[in-house]
Amino acid sequence: MSNELEAIKDPGVPAHIHRQADLDPKAEQKAERQVAILFALSSVGTLLFIYSYIWISEDLFIFFPILGSTNAKQLFLGLGLAFSLFFIGAGAIHWAKTLMPDEEVIAMRHEMRSEDEDRSELVKTAKQGAAAAALGRRSLIKRSLGLSLGLVGLSPLLLLRDLGPLPGKKLETTSWKTGTRLVTDPGDRPIKPSDLEVGAVAQVLPAIKEGGHRALSDIGKDAVLLIRLRQEEFQLDPERLAMTYEGIIAFSKICSHMGCAVALYEQQTKHLLCPCHQSTFDVTRAAKVIFGPSARPLPQLAITVDAEGYLVAQAPFNEPVGPSFWERNSQ
Amino acid sequence: MKYLSRYRRHRSAGPLLLLFALFAIGTTFSVASATTTPEQSEFSRSTAIEEGREIFLKGCSSCHGLNLEGSAIAPSLLGVGAASVDFQVGTGRMPVGDLSVQIMRKPPVYDEKEIAALAAYVASLAPGPEIPTEASLNYERDGSTAEGGELFRTNCAMCHNFAAQGGALTQGKYAPTLMGVEAKYIAEAMTTGPQAMPVFSDKTLTPEEKLSIIKWVKAVEAEPALGGASLGRVGPVTEGLLVWTLGIGLLIGVAVWLAMKAR
Repeated sequence: MSNELEAIKDPGVPAHIHRQADLDPKAEQKAERQVAILFALSSVGTLLFIYSYIWISEDLFIFFPILGSTNAKQLFLGLGLAFSLFFIGAGAIHWAKTLMPDEEVIAMRHEMRSEDEDRSELVKTAKQGAAAAALGRRSLIKRSLGLSLGLVGLSPLLLLRDLGPLPGKKLETTSWKTGTRLVTDPGDRPIKPSDLEVGAVAQVLPAIKEGGHRALSDIGKDAVLLIRLRQEEFQLDPERLAMTYEGIIAFSKICSHMGCAVALYEQQTKHLLCPCHQSTFDVTRAAKVIFGPSARPLPQLAITVDAEGYLVAQAPFNEPVGPSFWERNSQ
Repeated sequence: MKYLSRYRRHRSAGPLLLLFALFAIGTTFSVASATTTPEQSEFSRSTAIEEGREIFLKGCSSCHGLNLEGSAIAPSLLGVGAASVDFQVGTGRMPVGDLSVQIMRKPPVYDEKEIAALAAYVASLAPGPEIPTEASLNYERDGSTAEGGELFRTNCAMCHNFAAQGGALTQGKYAPTLMGVEAKYIAEAMTTGPQAMPVFSDKTLTPEEKLSIIKWVKAVEAEPALGGASLGRVGPVTEGLLVWTLGIGLLIGVAVWLAMKAR
């Protein structure tokens, strides 16, 4: 025996297995009936859709397994349309699979090139057309067409202006100024320290002038959460402690990760949780991040009281609120 | 027996047996772990406070201390007020059965009269928020649904979900659903701040505003799901889950059928 490996012979295409419907006339009839039933189901679906749209009352609720009490009109509109579309497709596929020709057919490849005659005809036609348009002679048309085509290109360029303008200082400033009163959101009532019991929270916004209007883009930066703890529960450095007032501490509600409203305050653990990505901040330690993707604590708003005893901001936020941006790193 | 053994090799015998076993274990467990109600104490004393003291000493003092001072596992009850007692005992959260992650609502252990007595006793030692009266809870008359919705979205929605269906907090804790919660208990929860919930004092959320919130919650409760299946009204979580399991599953099934050769 030689050491040379014998080449494996080409086994060829496996023998064609004929379908039941091709061999047995009974099976063929059965398949035909099945296709017809699928198409009939589709018609039933369409009729159900029409019936639901016209005759089922909008406030009819029925019990449907798993879903419970369900609005009948919506349910049958949806089911009807789903049936009518799905079963047309299912019928067509079943038809193709069981009854349409099943023999392999070979389609030979051929050159992807037009006949020489057709090609020369095309060139001739194009040349004739160009001569008839006589662009070389009509210079007025040629120039005005050139101008209009050139101008068309300007419109999309102009729209690029919408990428700007640059935000300027907008991302770094909020409406909080020294002495701005903290008012309830909604309700716009000023708050006294005595209004908050230990364990209480309040959603606040900066006060605005009588009859003034708050832009949504401002609320998105200005929202603040007030929390009252026992003074001795704070573990703050003296600088941060001076920003609180009698156990009341104020944080920006805008998450330093992606800008969601952080207001899930757990009274027992003193944790603030962001509902979007579960960043967790420890209120007793100046909103230190103790879990989650946020890179830095929530900005703290320094608060005190004014002459009338209402809570006011001592100073604006000393850092931009909300998520990082191009000019602001994560720290 | 012969009748059963005939089917023991049937292909659905295994799954059916498993289903039966799971059902049997579940039923046995729920029967065995059902809470037993303690014997009702005799009401022989004349004043509610005295009755309340009696109940407190028997049922609560082992954790909350003989003088409401609290202990390592239970907070002091001085100054929590009648509202807090009514909420905690009335919703069955107290006396507590399971001290793990969160104390859950269950059928109350004490009856109305006993709860009133307990509340009177706790409130008699140190003042605190009172139980809202029937008259002060007329949210249908005094509340505004639209305003309530706005207040709910700012103050409550982050924990209790935008449709008051409840939501997750940290480390297994959760904000419970507000569906089916009585107006009185919603009001008491806002004024007393039970468990993880903060207090919403009457100055920052006025009593009228609280009634508006309750009216809105009740409106949501009564609101039928006109758009079809609401899937628990928790938004993209269940919707996504359904699409990714049932929807994609269906598509995979159809794709497999499409590629299958007809016999």
